[in-house]
Amino acid sequence: MSDRRLTLGARVDEVIRRHGEETYPHECCGALVGRGDGVTDAVALPNTTEEGPRRRFLVRPSDYRLAEQRATELGGELLGFYHSHPDHPAKPSQYDLDHAWPTFAYVIVAVAAGASQAMTVWFLKDDRSIFEEGSLQHGENSHPDPAQTVHG
Amino acid sequence: MAKILIPTPLRPYTDKQDAVDASGTTVGELLADLTRRHSGLKAHLFNDQGKLRSFVNVYVNDEDIRYLQKEQTPVNASDTVSIIPSVAGGVDTVEDVRRSHLGRLGEPLTNDEVKRYSRHLIMPEVGVDGQRKLKASKVLCIGAGGLGSPVAMYLAAAGVGTLGIVDFDTVDFSNLQRQILHGTPDVGRPKLASAKDKLHALNPEIDIQTYEVALSSQNAMQLFEPYDVIVDGTDNFPTRYLVNDACVLLGKPNAYGSIFRFEGQASVFATKDGPCYRCLYPEPPPPGLVPSCAEGGVLGVLPGLIGVIQATEAVKLIMGIGEPLIGRFLIYDALRMRFRELKLRKDPDCPVCGTHPTVTKLIDYEQFCGITPAAPEPAAVNHATEITSVELKQRLDRGDRPRIVDVREPNEYQINRIPGSELIPLGDVPKRYGELNPDEEIVVHCKMGGRSAKAADFLRSVGFKRVLNLKGGILDWIDKVDPSQPKY
Repeated sequence: MSDRRLTLGARVDEVIRRHGEETYPHECCGALVGRGDGVTDAVALPNTTEEGPRRRFLVRPSDYRLAEQRATELGGELLGFYHSHPDHPAKPSQYDLDHAWPTFAYVIVAVAAGASQAMTVWFLKDDRSIFEEGSLQHGENSHPDPAQTVHG
Repeated sequence: MAKILIPTPLRPYTDKQDAVDASGTTVGELLADLTRRHSGLKAHLFNDQGKLRSFVNVYVNDEDIRYLQKEQTPVNASDTVSIIPSVAGGVDTVEDVRRSHLGRLGEPLTNDEVKRYSRHLIMPEVGVDGQRKLKASKVLCIGAGGLGSPVAMYLAAAGVGTLGIVDFDTVDFSNLQRQILHGTPDVGRPKLASAKDKLHALNPEIDIQTYEVALSSQNAMQLFEPYDVIVDGTDNFPTRYLVNDACVLLGKPNAYGSIFRFEGQASVFATKDGPCYRCLYPEPPPPGLVPSCAEGGVLGVLPGLIGVIQATEAVKLIMGIGEPLIGRFLIYDALRMRFRELKLRKDPDCPVCGTHPTVTKLIDYEQFCGITPAAPEPAAVNHATEITSVELKQRLDRGDRPRIVDVREPNEYQINRIPGSELIPLGDVPKRYGELNPDEEIVVHCKMGGRSAKAADFLRSVGFKRVLNLKGGILDWIDKVDPSQPKY
């Protein structure tokens, strides 16, 4: 467990969940913008993978640049990325690990049969050996994780 | 000197600066200087082989260097170089899971391990990461014989964390000439028992798993499943095809080796894009055409060399270094001391690894290789065509003098013989049968009775009246009549 945490601001949780449900059975992806450990905005990005969007997502360099620009416009900084795991648990895969950037928060939402489930956040360990789970918190006016409420 | 723009996730490694200076005339030199100045960047920009990671994009001004001259792209002071992430992820495919087994980092090394593996650790190509990959790796050795011995010993010494061995044989005196896992006091013990003792003495840090079973289509998938690399040290075709097919079906690389007389072969099969054993040999040879080491012999030092090649390839695959023996078939001739290398391609029509495979689960490999299960030996002796060693001895004692023809090779005749026998090797029988009288009673024998049965059939076909085959050959003679003679 990482001692890092990430707080999702109002509606961010909902935006990520809805994006994952809309693109199901494909993976969705987007950028997390905010300050410190608080996410104020989730910016949806196109999934440009050529390996099959049911199992992969790719944010290409040009969209990465857009994400950085958007972060500046919103008066924040780029804190990380989110993506969905259709019909798979909200745990990072080996593929996620192989492609991970340090520092960034990686939010994963599981989407089972079109409905969003658990949401988690992960941070790459500095030696790239593993992802450590951080604690995902919800700021004011934000919905708690519905999956946790239902299945708690 | 040129300016490099650093993306957000890497800024902690550049004292939070979003642009830093580095010197060099090409992108490669610039990046090398950058990682010298900010060493924390290296692991995130470059993989273990020192290549730029696939999700790291480098732009000179607004051009991706992949479309320029890659790392040789020239830069001057007025250029702006940017490192721009691609962000990728997703759920694992079967292929990712396979890949992930190889090359994952294990637990950190203990102080004892640092001492033990220091000659690895000081080489940058291996280093602590390489050693941790070895520690996390699991290799399964099929057989603890001639090839399995050096393979298991060197892999244990190198620090492969989990070493599995499959064997169900016991140690025989005839093994000791080459199977260096076993010593003279081990004769009669299960090979796995002596292997475990020897390997534990060599390296008590590793986990040794032993499986005292005959590898079969029923157990192979389950046995292979937890392992990252399979090392095939088998000595027969049915098991060789079985190991190959199970490796292809499970996506596990097969560090292959085989030996016969003075010649050895090695390759790496069943990797993702590489060929498999069936791409090389779609069909097994007819049964009996290629003799085994027990029949044809093997130079004792030969499995040492081939086994060490297999172990080398396993270690390289685990650490992800060097140029693996994939798509290359190495042939070694010990007498001429020459290596030859054949190019091998993946066969798109291969029945197991091709584009439309017909073999999608393990089959009956004995049947595939044309070997039908041996019918139980008829206990009764056919007195018209056979004689037992006890009967022969009784007749000799009574003063009968049938002509005894040994159809083995001269070097076998040097080891042991039945008194009064004469040597006509099987291959010479057709041109030398004139030396024998067709009306005389003749007893033919070889080592175990197979070759002499052929000789007896031939002699009968050319008109010999009474030819008896010595059942069980000279081995049975030594067991029942003359235990003073050595067996081979």
